[in-house]
Amino acid sequence: MLRQVLKRLATAIPSVIGVVVVTFLLTRVLPGDTAAYFAGPAATPQAIAEIRAKLGLDRPLPEQFAAYVKDLATGNLGNSLSTGRAVTTEIIARLPASAELTLVGLLLSMAVAIPLGIVAAVKQGSIVDHACRMVATAGVSLPVFFTGLLLVYVFYFLLGWAPAPLGRLDVFYSAPPDVTGFYLIDSLIARDLDTFRAAAAQLVVPALTMGIFSLAPIARMTRASMLAVLSSEFIRTARASGLTPRTVIITYAFRNALLPVITTLGMVFSFLLGANVLVEKVFAWPGIGSYAIEALIASDYAPVQGFVLTMAIMYVALNLVIDLLYGVIDPRVRIEG
Amino acid sequence: MDAAVGIPLLEIRDLTIEFATRRGKVRAVEHVDVSVAKGETLGIVGESGSGKSVTSYAVMRILDRAGRIAEGSIAFSGIDVKAAAESDMRDLRGREISMIFQNPRAALNPIRKVGRQIEDVLLRHVQAAPRDAKAKAIEILKQVRIARPEERYHAYPFELSGGMCQRIVIALALACRPQLLIADEPTTGLDVTTQKAVMDLVVELTHARAMSTILITHDLGLAAAYCDRVVVMERGRVVETAPSSVIFTAPSHPYTRKLMRATPRPGVSLRDLLPDSEATPPPAPAAAADTAPLLVVENLVKEYPRQGTRKSLFKRKAAAEGPFRAVDGIGFEVGRGESVGLVGESGCGKSTTSMMVMRLTDPTSGTIRFAGEDIGTIAARRFATLPQRRRIQMVFQDPTDSLNPRFTALRAIADPILRLGDIRGGAALRARCEELARLVGLPLDLLDRFPHQLSGGQKARVGIARAIALNPELVILDEPTAALDVSVQAVVLNLLQDLKARLGMSYLFVSHDLYVVRMLCDRVIVMRQGKIVEEGPTEQVMNAPAADYTRELLSAIPHPPV
Repeated sequence: MLRQVLKRLATAIPSVIGVVVVTFLLTRVLPGDTAAYFAGPAATPQAIAEIRAKLGLDRPLPEQFAAYVKDLATGNLGNSLSTGRAVTTEIIARLPASAELTLVGLLLSMAVAIPLGIVAAVKQGSIVDHACRMVATAGVSLPVFFTGLLLVYVFYFLLGWAPAPLGRLDVFYSAPPDVTGFYLIDSLIARDLDTFRAAAAQLVVPALTMGIFSLAPIARMTRASMLAVLSSEFIRTARASGLTPRTVIITYAFRNALLPVITTLGMVFSFLLGANVLVEKVFAWPGIGSYAIEALIASDYAPVQGFVLTMAIMYVALNLVIDLLYGVIDPRVRIEG
Repeated sequence: MDAAVGIPLLEIRDLTIEFATRRGKVRAVEHVDVSVAKGETLGIVGESGSGKSVTSYAVMRILDRAGRIAEGSIAFSGIDVKAAAESDMRDLRGREISMIFQNPRAALNPIRKVGRQIEDVLLRHVQAAPRDAKAKAIEILKQVRIARPEERYHAYPFELSGGMCQRIVIALALACRPQLLIADEPTTGLDVTTQKAVMDLVVELTHARAMSTILITHDLGLAAAYCDRVVVMERGRVVETAPSSVIFTAPSHPYTRKLMRATPRPGVSLRDLLPDSEATPPPAPAAAADTAPLLVVENLVKEYPRQGTRKSLFKRKAAAEGPFRAVDGIGFEVGRGESVGLVGESGCGKSTTSMMVMRLTDPTSGTIRFAGEDIGTIAARRFATLPQRRRIQMVFQDPTDSLNPRFTALRAIADPILRLGDIRGGAALRARCEELARLVGLPLDLLDRFPHQLSGGQKARVGIARAIALNPELVILDEPTAALDVSVQAVVLNLLQDLKARLGMSYLFVSHDLYVVRMLCDRVIVMRQGKIVEEGPTEQVMNAPAADYTRELLSAIPHPPV
C-alpha cells in the first residue's frame, strides 16, 4: 500500500514541475503591465521603471524564474501587490472556506444524486427515472449565479429562513478557534453549538447552490454505471441464488458500479473547487476563487501563481486519493498499481 | 426409461414465452413440454436461438424484463412457478433450484471474495449462522475439490483459473443442497480436460445427493455422455424427446439427424458432416508446384516478463526465476498446399506461436523462414507495410469481434485489397469482392449489409473472404469455428477445405478440438506448456498417439456413440 502511494506520488512530480513552469510563464504573458498598474494612472515613466526595478520585472525571465523557485522552496509564494499581504497566509486562510463550501455542497449533492441514480437504474423507464433525468438536466442548465440568487430570494427575502448571504458567519458571532479552518468542525471542537448553528445556517444556501449544479453528472453517472452492472452475468447469478434485492443491488451491483462514480466525484470536486467563484461572489464568501479572480483582474501575478499551484497540488492529491480508493474497492486494481 | 415414471419433480406444460421487442412480440419458446423426474439428468440440446436457455430462465423466473410467460404452466414439486409470489420464488432460487452458467468468471462478483459469495447464499437461505458460515463455506469448497480451501476462500475470481471459477459457481449452486440443478452450457469455453473434470464433478455431486439435473448444451457429445434423456429443441420448439441411448443411435426427427451428422466424431470425413443434399464432391487439389516447405520454424522462443516481478527490490529473486516462456524452443514446417493443425489447451502457447508466424508479435529468439526468407527478424510493426504481408493472412476466432461494426461486408472484404492490393477503381474492386463472395458462398445481396445484420456463419464467411482476398500462400486459422453452431461449423470447415484445394493455400490451423483438426489437417502438432509433445501425420496421432498427453486430450473429448 505504502509502496503504491509513493509510486503514485513520484509520478505526480513531473506534473507539479510542469505546473510551476507554466504558471510562471502564463502570469508573465498576461496582458497589462503590473508596474504601470501599481504606479497609478498619473505616474511618470520614470516612476513606473522604478517600480519595475523594485519588483525585479526588469531582469531576464530565467533569473526571475530562479528567484521564484527559490522562494517556492521555502514555502514563500510572494506578496500580493494590491494588499501587500503574503500570498501563503491568504491562501491558507481562504482555502478552508472554499473547501468547506465545496465539500458540503458535494455531500448534499451525493446524498440526493446517488440514491436517485440507483433507483433510476433499477426502475429503468419508470417515473423516478424520468424525474431523475429532469432534475439533473434542470440543475445543470441553470447557471449557478441564477440558482444562487433564486435561493437567496426565496429563503432569505421571501421566507426569511436563511440569514443574510454575507460571508461565513453572521457579524454577531466570532469565528471559532482555528484548528482545521472548517467552521463547522472548529465550532464543534470548541463545543460552541451556537456558532455551529450560525455557521451551518450561512453555509446551507450556497452549498445547496453548488449541490444542485453538480447533481447532474453524479446522478447520470450512477445511473449509467448501475445499468451496465445490473445487466452483467454475476447479477444474474446472484438473482438465481435467491439473494434479496437489497443484497443484489447494494452489495453486488452498487459496489461494482462505484468506480466510475468515484472518478466523476473527483472530477466534480476539483471542478467545483476552482469554479465556484460565482457562488462565492453571490454569497460574499471569503473563498479562494474570488481571491484569485480579483488578483487576476489586477494583474497581481503572485496570488494567481499561488492559486494555480495550490489547485494543481490539490488536484494531484485528490487523484492520489481516488486511485487509492480504487484499490480499496476493486482488488484487481491493486495488483496493477 | 423407468426414471420418467412417477411424479416428475419439474413439469413444464405447453410453455410459450414472449419477448417484447421493437418489432413487436417475438415468441422465443412455443408450446414446449418438458418434464424432469427425481434423480434424472435431462439434456436440452439445440443450437443458438433454439430457446433452450430461455426455457430454463423461465423455470427460475429470472427472465429479462422484456420476457414473460405467455401460455402454459411450470410446476416444480407442486408449486406453480408462474403464479408464485416473488418472495416465494426468491426462497426457491438457490435453495431448491439452482443454476450454473457459461463463462464462470463473469458469473462471479469480481470484487467479492469467493468465500464471501458462498456465505451470502448460505446466510440468505439460513443454511448457516454468521458464526459458522465461514467454516461451512470452506467445507463446500472442499466438496468441489478446491485445493487449499482455507486459502482460496479469500481469493477473488480473477485470481483463479476458468475451471476453478466454475467449481466455485458449482459450489454456489450446490451450497444449499437444492433438488434441481440447471447447468446452462457449464463447460463452454473451458479446455477439454477441464470440461471432463468439471462434468465428472457435477455428476458425482448430483448423484450423491439424488438431485435432478438439466444440462443445457449445444454439444451433442456432452449430452450423450452425461444425460439419461435428451430433449432436442429447434427455434423455440421441442422436436424430439428420447432416452439418450436411443436418440443417438436412432434419431427420428430430421433436425436431430442433421445435428448428429454435423457433430465431429471419430471416423468421419468433413463431407460426412453435411446433409446428403449439400455434399458435393470435393474439387481436385491443385498440384503443388514446389516441394520445398513454405514455412520453416526453428527454435522459436517467446518470453514474457513474469507477472509481479519487481525490478528493484527483488532483483535477485526475479533473476533466479527467469522470464516466463510462453513458447519454449519449438520447430516445425508447413509444406506448400499442406494444412497443419496446432492443438493444445489454453496457455499452451499455440496462439502465441500463430501470432509470431503471422508477424504480429516479435519472437524472443529463433527463426521463422517463409518461402526461404527469414521473416522472423523483421519487426512486427514494420511487417505490415511489406509485400510479404500479402502472402500470410489470418482468419480470426470471433467472427463478430474481428469485423469493424461500421464497415459493410463489401468494405470489410475490400479492406486488405485497398491497403495492400493493386486493384483500383470502384467497379473493379466490387467485381473482385463479388468474386470472393461467390468463392466463400456468401450471397451477393448480403455484401452491402453491416456485421450486425449478418448471421454467425455469414460473418465467418466474410472473415474468410477477407483473408483470401490477396491470394495468400499461408492462411492462419485461429479457432475459426469455435464461436459457431455445429451445423454452421460443418459448412465452414467444408468451405475451408474446398478453398484450400481450389486455391492451393497452406493452412496453419490453431484449435483445441482434435476431432475438428483431424478432419481438416494433414499433420498435427500437439503443444503443451510452450513445447511440442507430439507431431505427426493426423491419422497416426489420432489412432496411435505416442504421448500420454495426447491420449489424455483424446479421451477427454466427449462424443456421441458412433
